[in-house]
Amino acid sequence: MEIQRKVKYEEELDPNFLAEIKHLSGSENIDGCIQCGTCSSSCPMSIYMDYPPRKIIAMVKNGFRDEALRSFTIWLCPSCYACQVRCPSQIKITDVMYALKRKAIETNVFPSRFAIPVLDREMSRLIAKYGRNSELWLILRLYLKSRHFLTMIKMAPLGLKLMKTGRMSLRRESIKNKKQMKALLNALKEET
Amino acid sequence: MSGYIYYPGCSLKGNSRSYEESILPVFKEVGLPLQELDDWNCCGATAYFSVDDTMAAAICGRNLSLAEKTGKDIVAPCAGCFLTLKKSNAFLTSRQPKSDKILRALKSAGCEYHGSVKVKHPLEILIKDIGREAIKSKIRRPLSGLKVACYYGCQLVRPYTDFDDPDYPTTLDSLMEAAGATAVDYVAKTRCCGGSLTGTIEEVGLRLNYILLKEAKRKGADCVVTICPLCQFNLEITQGKMVKKYKDDVRMPVLYFSQLLGLALGIDKADLGFSRSIVPLKPLWEKIGNGGAR
Repeated sequence: MEIQRKVKYEEELDPNFLAEIKHLSGSENIDGCIQCGTCSSSCPMSIYMDYPPRKIIAMVKNGFRDEALRSFTIWLCPSCYACQVRCPSQIKITDVMYALKRKAIETNVFPSRFAIPVLDREMSRLIAKYGRNSELWLILRLYLKSRHFLTMIKMAPLGLKLMKTGRMSLRRESIKNKKQMKALLNALKEET
Repeated sequence: MSGYIYYPGCSLKGNSRSYEESILPVFKEVGLPLQELDDWNCCGATAYFSVDDTMAAAICGRNLSLAEKTGKDIVAPCAGCFLTLKKSNAFLTSRQPKSDKILRALKSAGCEYHGSVKVKHPLEILIKDIGREAIKSKIRRPLSGLKVACYYGCQLVRPYTDFDDPDYPTTLDSLMEAAGATAVDYVAKTRCCGGSLTGTIEEVGLRLNYILLKEAKRKGADCVVTICPLCQFNLEITQGKMVKKYKDDVRMPVLYFSQLLGLALGIDKADLGFSRSIVPLKPLWEKIGNGGAR
């Protein structure tokens, strides 16, 4: 039998992780977590998560960078804020999840073809470029980039129904003043 | 700011067209005709905040700036837009180094923002500005006998709790009752529909929406009433698959609150976007008498 260590040695933890996530999430009180589990029991998604929200907060607090950033949990969070409004320590849990998502994208450790981060990135790209989202184009890009070709075919009948009722079109939406959008994004880059 | 300017967002111009088609005549009927914000851009929803929060707040800042120039507050019917704009507004006016930086970028791009705009949801305006009693006095075709499950979803009542209770809100129930309907005790009213999960991890999305419809059915509701495009979409388009998967016929119409309120206010059925429903509305018309057609 091979012996496997389940617990990390102290030097394997990242002592800066907590401060980083505090800053990124705007929730300065993460270390006030009392591990009560109200977040996990409020979360409609926790039964599908690899780590429930309570554990994610504990991981952030204790420097388990890799585990938190590579988890599916952060992507499964649909931002319903049920945990956040109920947290007795007033930790902005949903905002912590957002911060972890951004960090995972920034450091390129997110599951690359997993549909949820793909959707987030594709939608942001569409908006940055055209100022508006076009539902059909977004869905096509989502299924292509996440390699869900079968789903795309299976969704076709629904797409047709939506088109028939005038709820979906092939048109690419765009704002008039795309120049301003571009100027704004450039100005932000200069500020950083 | 006085008066409201209408921010549609992508959904109300796309798959939730019937929300726009009903909210505009309803606001006209109650004496607050709405004009659309010129050249608005998408709010970015939850997606942009997952990728880049600085850009996410900045693109919302452009919308706020456009509204500020009109001298009006924003009314955003989509719960996603409502929260994203409201959250960004709070952040942009928080006087932190990070938010000040965004304000400077907005200024240099020609969309300066001074922080004077408020972001509101139509339900909030109808209940707080116009008032339940005033609306009740305008009801010409009460929705008598119709049992509705009022579904608020998540982002209208959370994390900002200044407008209604985050777990058990009642404003929509009260409005529907003013319109003559009976609001059932719908305990799932703020349970999440999964948002975009229906499109990304279908099985999970299906289950979340099944829980919502099952509870509505159990309480004897004839239809679900929503205030959010994504909730409406999810609850409607998953019904066929649900029946197959769970062998449980939970099918029922899923409508925008403005569609039913519009009917009750006496607006013609043909002008409220009912034809865009994928789920057959026949049971609904049977209940309230051919949609109260004149």
